[in-house]
Amino acid sequence: MAFIFKRTAGLTEKPTHYCPGCSHGIVHRLVAESLEELGLLGRTVGVASVGCSVFSYEYFNCDMHQAPHGRAPAVATGIKRVLPHNTVFTYQGDGDLASIGTAEIVHAAHRGEKITTIFINNANYGMTGGQMAPTTLPHQKTTTCPLGRDPESTGMPLRVSEMISTIDGAAFVERVSVDSPSAVRNAKSAILKAFRCQIEGKGFSMVEVLSSCPTNLNLKPSEAMRWVRENMVPYYPLGNFRSPKGGE
Amino acid sequence: MNRVLMKGNEAIAKAAIISGCRYFFGYPITPQNEIPEYMAREMHKVGGVFLQSESEIAAINMVYGASGSGGRVMTSSSSPGIALKQEGISYIASAELPCVIVNMMRSGPGLGGIQPSQADYFQVTRGGGNGDYRVISYAPASVQESVELVNRAFRVSEKYRIPAMIAGDGMIGQMMEPVDFSGIEELDRVERPWAATGTDSHPGRNVISTLMLEPSSLESHNVKLKAKHDLIESEEAMYETYNMDGAEVVLVAYGTTSRIVKNTISALESHGVKAGLIRPITLWPFPKQAFSKIPSGCKLVMSVEMSMGQMIDDVEIALGGRFISAFYGKAGGVVPTPSDIVDAVISNLEVI
Ligand SMILES: Cc1ncc(C[n+]2csc(CCOP(=O)(O)OP(=O)(O)O)c2C)c(N)n1
Ligand code: SF4
Repeated sequence: MAFIFKRTAGLTEKPTHYCPGCSHGIVHRLVAESLEELGLLGRTVGVASVGCSVFSYEYFNCDMHQAPHGRAPAVATGIKRVLPHNTVFTYQGDGDLASIGTAEIVHAAHRGEKITTIFINNANYGMTGGQMAPTTLPHQKTTTCPLGRDPESTGMPLRVSEMISTIDGAAFVERVSVDSPSAVRNAKSAILKAFRCQIEGKGFSMVEVLSSCPTNLNLKPSEAMRWVRENMVPYYPLGNFRSPKGGE
Repeated sequence: MNRVLMKGNEAIAKAAIISGCRYFFGYPITPQNEIPEYMAREMHKVGGVFLQSESEIAAINMVYGASGSGGRVMTSSSSPGIALKQEGISYIASAELPCVIVNMMRSGPGLGGIQPSQADYFQVTRGGGNGDYRVISYAPASVQESVELVNRAFRVSEKYRIPAMIAGDGMIGQMMEPVDFSGIEELDRVERPWAATGTDSHPGRNVISTLMLEPSSLESHNVKLKAKHDLIESEEAMYETYNMDGAEVVLVAYGTTSRIVKNTISALESHGVKAGLIRPITLWPFPKQAFSKIPSGCKLVMSVEMSMGQMIDDVEIALGGRFISAFYGKAGGVVPTPSDIVDAVISNLEVI
C-alpha cells in the first residue's frame, strides 16, 4: 500500500495549543515538511518569538531558541554567526515583527543575514487578546480600536513585504496566504524556496503568510479564512517581491 | 615581565581575545568605543566574528543567540546602552547562558555626560531587567586588574552559566597604564551539551527558553537560580583591604575611587587620623566578609563613590548597625580629590 499522507518528522508529537482553525498550525506543518524534505532537520536551529507561536519550540522537531518580543532576528543573527553552516529560521507574528521588532527585522535583512523568516500576518495581536497590530486593516475593530482602526490617528497598515523588498540584503521575499488548498500549496513552495535561498547563501529570505485568527476575529474558522481572502488579500497583494538573480 | 603601555579599553578587548572570546557584538557609545574598534581590527585575525549591531538591544540579543549556540561571546557598552541591554541580560540569566558584558560607566541619569562615574552601581548589582536574577560584577581599579578580571569573568561565567559584567568607570577605560598579559590564558573549552547547535551534533533536542507558564515550574527555576546565587556569594566574592590594622576610620571604595582613597590615607595620617580601606572587587556578590575585619575601635565607616550614594546601601547592610556610617560622593563626572575626602572624614569625625 502506498503512503499518500503521513505525519512529518519535522514536528514533535506534542499536540499544539492553537485555537481551532488558526493558521499557525497549517504554517507549522509547511515549515516542518520543508525542513524535512530538504534534509535540514538535524542542522537547523529555529527561533521562536513572543506571541501565540511562542511555544513553537515545543512543536518543531529541531533545536530551538526562544527570543524576547521582536528580537528573534537578532537572536538568529547570533546563532547564524556561530553556526554558519546550519539553517536558522525565525517564526514571528505581526505584532512581534512589524511593531516591537521592526528595527531587528529591517537590519537583519539589511545585513543580508543568511536566515529565513516566516512572518505570520493575522492582522492582530493574538496572544494578548486581539489588540490592534500595525497590520490591522482600516476600520477593522480590535480591542484597542473598538470603533475600527482610524488611519488618521493610527496610520495605514504596514506592508512589510513591500518594505523589506526595497532592502538590498533581502534575497527572497514572497507573500502567500493559506486560505485555500491551492494557496497552501503556493505557500509551501515559497517556504521551500526561502530555505533553498538560505542554503545557497544568497542572503536574507522571508515569507509573509496571510493568516486567520478566528478567535479574535470572532468568526468561525471557515468564515475567518474567507475574511482573509476578501479583506486582507486586496490590501496585501500575494506574490513574489524579490528572488535571487539567476535563481527562482 | 613583558609590559606594554595600553589604554584600558583596548587592553580589555585584547584580554577577551586571548581568553578565547570569538564573538563580539556591540554598538558605539563613549567612553568605550576603543573596545569595538579593537575587536573590528583584531577579531578576524583569530577567525572570530565582530559585528556592529543596529542597537544595544540587538547586540545583547545577538549575544543571547551566540551563547545559546555555544559561542564564547562578549559585548560592551556604557550606562545608557547597558540600560537598553537589560531586557536581554534578564533572558540570558534566566536561560543560564555564559557571556561577558563590559560597562564603562559614564554619568547620568538620562543621556547624562561622558565623564567617568559610578552611578550604575544599582544597575550593575540590582539589574534593570525583570525578575529574580543576578549578574556577577567585577570592578577593576587598574588596567592590569581589568585584563585579569576579563579572563576571570569568562571563566566564572562559564563555570556557573551566568552573565558576568566588568563594571569599570570611564576612567579605567580611558587611562593608559603598563600592562602585562603573561597571566592571561586561553580558557579550556567547557563542554556545552545544552547548546542549540542542531540535533545532528548531540542526542535529543536542545531548546533554549525562558518561558515557564506553570507557576510551580517557574518557582522551581527561581529556587534553582537562588541556590546558584548563594553558591556564588560564598565562593566568588573578592575584595582587597589596605591599612586596616587599628584603623579608626575605614573608607569603602571601588574602581578609580579606591585609588584616590589610597592616596588619602597618608594625608589623613598627617592629620592624626589612622584610616584603612576596604575595596570591593566584586560588586555583586558584595564582599560582606571584608567588613568583619573592621577593628572594634573603629569610629567611622565612610563609603566614597562617584555617585550620589548607591554602594552605601550595601555597606550599611554589611555593617548591620555595628559602626557609624557616612557617605561622601561626587557626581556628574566630577572626580573626588584626596583633599575633598580628607575634609569629609574630618568633618564627619567632628560631629560623632
Ligand atoms: C516586551 C514585551 N512586550 C509585550 C509583551 C506582551 N505580548 C505577548 S504576545 C504579544 C503580541 C503578539 O502578537 P503577534 O506577534 O501578532 O502574534 P500572535 O499572537 O498574533 O500570533 C504581546 C504584545 C511581551 N511579552 N513582551
Ligand atoms: S488567538 Fe488567534 S493567533 Fe492565537 S492561537 Fe488563537 S486563533 Fe491562533
